[in-house]
Amino acid sequence: MEFAELIKTPRVDNVVLHRPFYPAVEGTLCLTGHHLILSSRQDSTEELWLLHSNIDAIDKRFVGPLGTIIIKCKDFRIIQLDIPGMEECLNIASSIEALSTLDSITLMYPFFYRPMFEVVEDGWHSFLPEQEFELYSSAISEWRLSYVNQEFAVCPSYPPAVTVPKAIDDDALRKVAAFRHGGRFPVLSYYHKKNGMVIMRSGQPLTGTNGRRCKEDEKLINATLRAGKRGYIIDTRPLNVAQQARAKGGGFEQEAHYPQWRRIHKSIERYHILQESLIKLVESCNDQTQNMDRWLSKLEASNWLTHIKEILTTACLAAQCLDREGASILIHGTEGTDSTLQVTSLAQIILEPRSRTIRGFEALIEREWLQAGHPFQQRCAQSAYCNSKQKWESPVFLLFLDCVWQILRQFPCSFEFNENFLIMLFEHAYASQFGTFLGNNESERCKLKLQQKTMSLWSWVNRPSELSKLTNPLFEANNLVIWPSVAPQSLQLWEGIFLRWNRSSKYLDEAYEEMVNIIEYNKQLQAKVNLLRRQLAELETEDGVQESP
Amino acid sequence: MEHIRTPKVENVRLVDRISSKKAALGTLYLTATHVIFVETAPDARKETWILHSQIATIEKQATTATGCPLLIRCKNFQLLQLVIPQERDCHDVYISLIRLARPVKYEELYCFSFNPKLDREEREQGWMLIDLSEEYKRMGLPNNYWQLSDMNREYRVCDSYPTELYVPKSATAHIIVGSSKFRSRRRFPALSYYYKDNHASICRSSQPLSGFSARCLEDEQMLQAIRKANPGSDFIYVVDTRPKLNAMANRAAGKGYENEDNYSNIKFQFIGIENIHVMRSSLQKMLEVCELKSPSMSDFLWGLENSGWLRHIKAIMDAGVFIAKAVSEEGASVLVHCSDGWDRTAQVCSVASLLLDPHYRTLKGFMVLIEKDWISFGHKFTHRYGNLDGDPREISPVIDQFLECVWQLMEQFPCAFEFNERFLIHIQHHIYSCQFGNFLCNSQKERQELKIQERTYSLWAYLWKNRADYLNPLFRADHSQTWGILHLPTAPCNFMYKFWNGMYNRFEKGLQPRQSVTDYLMAVKEETQQLEEELEALEERLEKIQKVQLDRTELRSKQSEPSKHSGFSTADGSTANTPQDYSGNVKSFPSRSPSQGDEDSALILTQDNLKSSDPDLSANSDQESGVEDLSCRSPSGGECAPSEDSGKDRDSDEAVFLTA
Repeated sequence: MEFAELIKTPRVDNVVLHRPFYPAVEGTLCLTGHHLILSSRQDSTEELWLLHSNIDAIDKRFVGPLGTIIIKCKDFRIIQLDIPGMEECLNIASSIEALSTLDSITLMYPFFYRPMFEVVEDGWHSFLPEQEFELYSSAISEWRLSYVNQEFAVCPSYPPAVTVPKAIDDDALRKVAAFRHGGRFPVLSYYHKKNGMVIMRSGQPLTGTNGRRCKEDEKLINATLRAGKRGYIIDTRPLNVAQQARAKGGGFEQEAHYPQWRRIHKSIERYHILQESLIKLVESCNDQTQNMDRWLSKLEASNWLTHIKEILTTACLAAQCLDREGASILIHGTEGTDSTLQVTSLAQIILEPRSRTIRGFEALIEREWLQAGHPFQQRCAQSAYCNSKQKWESPVFLLFLDCVWQILRQFPCSFEFNENFLIMLFEHAYASQFGTFLGNNESERCKLKLQQKTMSLWSWVNRPSELSKLTNPLFEANNLVIWPSVAPQSLQLWEGIFLRWNRSSKYLDEAYEEMVNIIEYNKQLQAKVNLLRRQLAELETEDGVQESP
Repeated sequence: MEHIRTPKVENVRLVDRISSKKAALGTLYLTATHVIFVETAPDARKETWILHSQIATIEKQATTATGCPLLIRCKNFQLLQLVIPQERDCHDVYISLIRLARPVKYEELYCFSFNPKLDREEREQGWMLIDLSEEYKRMGLPNNYWQLSDMNREYRVCDSYPTELYVPKSATAHIIVGSSKFRSRRRFPALSYYYKDNHASICRSSQPLSGFSARCLEDEQMLQAIRKANPGSDFIYVVDTRPKLNAMANRAAGKGYENEDNYSNIKFQFIGIENIHVMRSSLQKMLEVCELKSPSMSDFLWGLENSGWLRHIKAIMDAGVFIAKAVSEEGASVLVHCSDGWDRTAQVCSVASLLLDPHYRTLKGFMVLIEKDWISFGHKFTHRYGNLDGDPREISPVIDQFLECVWQLMEQFPCAFEFNERFLIHIQHHIYSCQFGNFLCNSQKERQELKIQERTYSLWAYLWKNRADYLNPLFRADHSQTWGILHLPTAPCNFMYKFWNGMYNRFEKGLQPRQSVTDYLMAVKEETQQLEEELEALEERLEKIQKVQLDRTELRSKQSEPSKHSGFSTADGSTANTPQDYSGNVKSFPSRSPSQGDEDSALILTQDNLKSSDPDLSANSDQESGVEDLSCRSPSGGECAPSEDSGKDRDSDEAVFLTA
């Protein structure tokens, strides 16, 4: 298919762009295969470049010959274009609609994007499972890297290499895979160096109504326990949901078969419940007419912060079991691709200083989200404005980022990255020039040949010029476990995401700049003082040498 | 002291609010001024000091098997739950505290016994730190339009006004007296703030005694005079900060509001700020939400909304914004009143002044603002904050609301204020503490009669002396946010108003951010200053040595190396961090199979178990608790407690926190 077929009117003059907090701009609107571009005629600096894939929904209306298109983006921004001429307007609208909903992944921008920067380090190779495993290997004698999933035959949503107990061979893994939802047998998620305890994750066990069991499964997870020690299984579903799952062939670990494990049920919501929550939240953030009371009640009614609290609480509980109780943990929900990953990754943020660094956080995203098979393509196809309401659309990843932001807010000096880093990840998960978040799992990414055909987000981010914008100036390495408060009073709406386009951030930006300046100036002085000290020391020893004879 | 029935009770337990199972054992002492709880744990011996004047309510709850619980709620939002073994002791403590928390005479208040060991001269100087005549001079007064009036000499016209007042030059004595007779409690229109740039002013008064039809020529002339004092505008705004209904109801009592027909060239405007009773119950409701044990997100948001508190804050702010705009953009003078003109009027005038004038956003300027709009204009501190035993219906968090407005502004304009959040919190604390004389009494007249300045100390001097603790590191005198007027967004940005966790949960350290950006930046700035000094010294030495070398003189400077600047890592225990109770819904634990015996119960993740299984959890430097480098690199250590007993207070903060 040629994009040209979809672009009926590639260019319209005298289009007026309206955005909140900016004066209206008049200019020429151009449509390309992947972008909507507006440039003012007077001076070319006033430009809008918008990826079609960032467009979530459009509305059009007409007043006489003047058409208006309201574009609602996946990053929650809303812009308005006034387009003279009804035909032009209709053409533009239908082109945008078609271009923003391309159904073939290979037509997406990452396959066409040519980077304008020099690639210092290819992000596709920055976080290989083997390297990640090596970080542990010194400490682990009980674990091995298994390639049982080399051809994605055992588990389609797992990567080719996974870490499993050494005592369990690949044949056993195949049997366990048959016993777990989606073939997702328990694998290592996190190894706690302090006490050698681990977090594992998996899909639900397929016990069904007749209580099927799998000896290999029991053996696998028992292999992570020390003699006489118990472990915890955190099921992210409430008990009744887990019980109902048995009717569909799913289920949960029965005490009789897993006597060394204590099961805890939490209730993290999934799917459309989260999506509806997001839609409600964004709607109330955009509503400028309400009075004070309605704002709080709408915030409450969206339940967004309730979800945040539930996810954070579960992650804290997991971290607590591991660190304070010294117990190993297995975490799963149903598929083990959503709430499970929220919990395992947040627990690591709490426990592991490395995951609070930029590099470590990228590795965490790569390991616990991308390679762990979070279906980004399905979850992030649409955002808060789309009416399509597909069951699999769900802001699971955004909730995770929001939880990280909540911890960051409580520990502003313990993270190497700043809020912008999280916002950047949110944007790229939904619309990007990079291939990183395309596809639903490693298997799909392999088939798409993303490594060869697209650029990795990490290749772009991990350059000094980008990193400097994403680095937290307050960072001081903190090697301790950080326990956030999950009380409602301590949780806040993430304004940087949800009110980003509805408020002027001028004064807050100035404050951030001021903070950077204070710290930069301090560093400069430090450097100067050190230099002078050295010079002085040299001079003084020279003096000494001259003097001594 | 005769009111103390029992000075000491042993084996009292201080219950932790967040996890009620955890309690500290200790001894309770009652002194003439404080309630003191000293923990018996030998390693800690933590002390919690509560000033009697901070006690808002004392509640004796039903006796249980473990003892008799006593709940003490403080005006600075501290909540203390004690369990006293003997019902008799509990009753004695209860009766004693009831009396001690409600003194009947000013002389019983702490400020008359508080002695910070300053000599007389220092104390007098302290009182001179804030000088209102200087402030009026700074505004550019007196000038061609405004003059200092001596009409209220010896409080002859209005006993709740100060003696030093600015009025329009054209307002004769006859007009002032006439007007004052037509205003509630004779609080005639007087100047609150003069905006030099365009001659517009903010004036304040009480409501007119207009009833349904009464009018007063002198009062009309007074408003005329205010208008004439601003040649740039041909009208003035009259802002009645009450809801219209309330103002109309007042007419039946012979009071009311200005009739636009009777006054020439006024624009009359209602701004619906609710009265002190509504505000008191609103705060009460919000505090009930704060007191909830492990509330859900919905409980919290619903409770916050139903309290209406943030809506009231917004109403006050809106009024301030309206006035600031009228003055700065329309160049019109504004007369503000409510009923008596000492609560809502004070709030609104001071918010407007703060928006208009950067001086009030400095440390000293803010003290001046409170001195001017609140203390001198007769805000009834003693009544509103219940310093003496009195009518509980007079109590209302009027100035608390003003302080919160300031905090909300600080959140919006992080570089615009010279002071930080701690400054506001400590002012709030001392409005209730009665440790300093500033906020005593209901008027300047009363304060003079009591000879407050001769017998007590000034808070302003104390805060000024410790100003390093109160600075906002982001403030820079030459920063653009520092200048001119603060412009709040015009759109109804309700999300702008947030729950002030740092104030209303200030003693729940577990609910606060664990690292403070402010403290971190202050420490950096302090180090920067040291580096600057060192740099200068080094440059000097270098120059000297080079010169010496050049001269080939063999004189070696034996100056010692300047002391190495202190690193950032000050280990401050108060930022200790331990896990909360994350296993709230233990209910959902699956029923245990019989095979899981006793051993199992030890594994249940209750708070208690966690603590007992981890003895060094509350000990000083727990490797895992996030204690060590958790920034607080501040040399002042993020010490949160004001007043002379700060050290002890900090312990109490910590006590609450560590069990969080």
